[in-house]
Amino acid sequence: MPTSTITFRETGSSIKVTPVDEVSLEARAASLATRSIKTTSKRAALNLAIRCMDLTTLEGADTPEKVASLCQKAKRPDPSNHDVPSVAAVCIYPEMVHHAVEATEGSNVKVASVAGAFPSGLSTIEARTADISDAVKRGADEIDIVLNRSAFLAGDEQRAFEEIVASKDACGEAHLKVILEVGELGSYDKIRQASMLAMAAGADFIKTSTGKIPQASTLPRVLCMAEAVRDFAQQTNISVGIKAAGGIRTAKQAWHYLVVIGETLGTEWLCPEMFRIGASSLLNDVLLQLKRLDSGSYSGPDYVTVD
Amino acid sequence: MTGKIPIAKTYKLFINGAFPRSESGRTFSVSNPEGELIANVSHASRKDFREAVRAARAAQFPWASRTAYNRGQILYRVAEMLESRKTEFVDLLKSIGVNSRSATREIEDSIQRWVWYAGWSDKYSQILGSVNPVSGPYFNFTVPEPTGVVGIIAPTEPSMLGLISRLVPAIVSGNTVVVVSEGKSSLTSVTIGEVLATSDMPAGVVNILTGDQTDLLPWMVGHLDVNAVDISGISHETDMTLIEEAASNVKRVVSRQVNEESLELISDFLEMKTVWHPIGR
Amino acid sequence: MGNSNSKDGSSLKDFGIEYASAIESTSLVNIKDKYGLFIDGNFVDSSSGKSFKTLDPSTEKPLAIVAEASSDDVDRAVSAAGVSYEKYWKRMPGADRARYLFRIARHLQERAREFAVLETLDGGKPIKESRDVDLPLAAAHFFYHAGWADKLEYAFPQRKLEPHGVIGQIIPWNFPLLMAAWKLAPALACGNTVVLKPAETTPLTALLLAEVIREVDLPPGVVNIVTGAGGTGSAIVEHPEVKKLAFTGSTEVGKLIQRSAVKRNLPLTLELGGKAPHIIFEDAALDQAIEGVINGIFFNQGHVCCAGSRLLVQESIADNFIDRLQTRIELLRVGNPLDKNTDIGAINSKAQLERIDQLVKAGIDEGAEVFKPSCSLPENGYWYPPTVLTGVQQSHRVAREEIFGPVLVVQTFRTPEEALEKANNTPYGLSAGIWTEKGSLIHWMAERLRAGVIWANTFNKFDPTSPFGGYKESGFGREGGMQGLAAYLKNSGGRS
Repeated sequence: MPTSTITFRETGSSIKVTPVDEVSLEARAASLATRSIKTTSKRAALNLAIRCMDLTTLEGADTPEKVASLCQKAKRPDPSNHDVPSVAAVCIYPEMVHHAVEATEGSNVKVASVAGAFPSGLSTIEARTADISDAVKRGADEIDIVLNRSAFLAGDEQRAFEEIVASKDACGEAHLKVILEVGELGSYDKIRQASMLAMAAGADFIKTSTGKIPQASTLPRVLCMAEAVRDFAQQTNISVGIKAAGGIRTAKQAWHYLVVIGETLGTEWLCPEMFRIGASSLLNDVLLQLKRLDSGSYSGPDYVTVD
Repeated sequence: MTGKIPIAKTYKLFINGAFPRSESGRTFSVSNPEGELIANVSHASRKDFREAVRAARAAQFPWASRTAYNRGQILYRVAEMLESRKTEFVDLLKSIGVNSRSATREIEDSIQRWVWYAGWSDKYSQILGSVNPVSGPYFNFTVPEPTGVVGIIAPTEPSMLGLISRLVPAIVSGNTVVVVSEGKSSLTSVTIGEVLATSDMPAGVVNILTGDQTDLLPWMVGHLDVNAVDISGISHETDMTLIEEAASNVKRVVSRQVNEESLELISDFLEMKTVWHPIGR
Repeated sequence: MGNSNSKDGSSLKDFGIEYASAIESTSLVNIKDKYGLFIDGNFVDSSSGKSFKTLDPSTEKPLAIVAEASSDDVDRAVSAAGVSYEKYWKRMPGADRARYLFRIARHLQERAREFAVLETLDGGKPIKESRDVDLPLAAAHFFYHAGWADKLEYAFPQRKLEPHGVIGQIIPWNFPLLMAAWKLAPALACGNTVVLKPAETTPLTALLLAEVIREVDLPPGVVNIVTGAGGTGSAIVEHPEVKKLAFTGSTEVGKLIQRSAVKRNLPLTLELGGKAPHIIFEDAALDQAIEGVINGIFFNQGHVCCAGSRLLVQESIADNFIDRLQTRIELLRVGNPLDKNTDIGAINSKAQLERIDQLVKAGIDEGAEVFKPSCSLPENGYWYPPTVLTGVQQSHRVAREEIFGPVLVVQTFRTPEEALEKANNTPYGLSAGIWTEKGSLIHWMAERLRAGVIWANTFNKFDPTSPFGGYKESGFGREGGMQGLAAYLKNSGGRS
């Protein structure tokens, strides 16, 4: 892919998109994954992972009870230990937003809603923005939409761009996360391009995946996005957040993501305002690791709550 | 009545496609076995050598950048020229003491050798190069490239086959050469130069000096813009410490007594270049 | 710069998260107080009784006393190699030689961690590199060449070849074990016997390899390892029974060896210094190019003959690229080589440290601007921070001389022609790097760069199947691949 440019919606200036070399990118990600962590730092890292976590349930069978239980866990991940911080947000469908708002009231936990014809994005622009407005009205703090891959991959980047612009407008005060669905993009070049396009169109966050296809977040994909974020910040002075979602199940994996973000983007990104991990089963593994730190012995799944 | 008095040829140097006399103004004489003067031959100085290296350097990349097919065609054209001047070479060899049968044989072998090496131009890299199965997502290949400017001390015996056996394997791959010939064999060398001048060989690819090989040897091995030397032709009495200066620029020094057709002689003046590139999307 | 990457050191650390001082345990390694010479299958004292100390360059603490081989000792070693050649090795079927080489490879794999730790202790390189690069590659070299031992006729189908006999091999301190593997594996596969001299600052892994050689029952005398400095080296070079020499090291010493060998028409291969251009075009995958440049110059503290030590950046992206590069350098971790998180270890010796320092000072005197990160260096031991010199002209010493340390000089160019001209304007020609997404430009450059190894969109990659070696003053002959075998065989049947 030759160097190309995308127009930045804020200023109309053009943003350069740099190509990506797959082999070298993956080698860098692999080498970052060999970084080991000091035992005394482990608690800080695990707590950080929790603070950056979006607890997610996006099932057709979701119920208000399930959402309430998720919110409870989000607020107090370990009922037996008040030192364990709450997670960043719960991520749910628009229909569940008001339940979540209720359940998280008085806490720091944000409510994120997928919207805008999730997970395909294949509705009219009007339908997508109406969906977003509705979720915002129900009280969502954050809106997770998908990139229109169909348009983007077909070469209609303009349409993909305009849909994000319209979505951003529909968000009002709510934060907009744009899901690239990296597993469908086919190459790191496209991930980089989509990242730049989403940021240029006004995304507050770029996010890897919907969780609805098996190909989700991987370390090199997030590295690729982080490099795009760094590049965008350099070119525009605007810092965009990153959310890695899907396939992240272990504390060790979460640690690798923190290293990638920290080494690529720096400390400002190591906070819930700039980095999220979207997951459902990760939290329990992190809690187990914390328990191990407390007790000095390995814990088991019966000692953390199921959602 | 004119036309009865033969016109003797002046044997001059062959540098950058032209035939200058030595800048030193010196010559040496070559006689036939009966002691009769055949010719006064230019006696090249170190400055002539320097000029020849300059010409060879300028011609090197353009020569190497021609397609292998084109180099092969140019070399084959030289063989055609040699064939057409067979009689001249037989007479020349006879004049310096080669018997008639051997002279005919030598010119035939020489032409055959020229053609043999010419045919290698677009093949040796397929034999000597490789695609290497490295342990990782990389495309990796090795391709031979010419070493650059090669100095050749021409073997004195047999004067024609000897020089051609050294010269053609060096230039077929895109090297350019400066040949230093001595004594009687100078006549053969210069005459080959005349053939080259009338062929399609670009100027500077082959430069031929005549003179004292031992005198010019230190200048050749010590010249920092000469990448390799073939000293197979030096006499046995040569003081080998003269060769030490080859180390001044880590010159490739070739000395081997192979006189048949051999791919090895082509590889003597090749460098192996290996290129890596990732394989990815 | 809108970027937020903190320029003041390790970012995660500021956040209360520190990488572990994950120190590799040295308990695996049993360093003896004293080491003898490995001659004819035994460890023996030097005839002169002389010895020297080898240090841990990261602490300056002595590790062991090592025998210094005199010319008598070298003579003993050459004789042992000569006898062994006639008695065992020359007669042994290739398939059997192969089995020995396979065994060596396996033992290296089995004892890899022990070798890696020792390599790091003796040489100062990060354990991450000795563990992930030196050791796997050393074992791979033996594996690859083992397979050739009974297939040599396929490598050179039209030639009748035979081994040289006794080969003298002298190797440097930057990749002590790996260089031993590069030298020994093809020599043995081709049926030669060897006298090998490791560098005086890093003899220990070669001596541990001698142990492995005993373990695998290689016939005595096939490999002899003599430790020592220049004097030992020249005794090998001058020995009349040594039939071929192979040297890896500085161009300066290489020239001395060539002087000696050339007048005797002694077969020789040289793998010498370099001053590799690393060329970044504006359309490159810049984030990966940065990693390539970092790896190119800071791998093994820049003690790499093929290091990408001259950065040539296209003018249109130069400022931005250098900015990014400096940001990235801030993240490099310099320190205890045994720490698994260390990126840059110790400088191999005091002498080398002084040379690096002196050349950088010369660069500054000539007007270069210097960038060094804010990292702190350990008090003891030999250390040099990763350094970038900008504003460097082609005529500056730092642009021409091999620094052999973690020092990158930066120049810019406008057109491919200019990049090429600057790149080739050096007596060296070992390697070169190109970063561009334009395929035809890669080939255009690769064809014109006068260097033996071209890395396009990557750098510092090595493999036993991939021939390695230089053009011009970077030496001649290749190591690795089918082409690398040529140096260890000669024509038989009356042809020289």
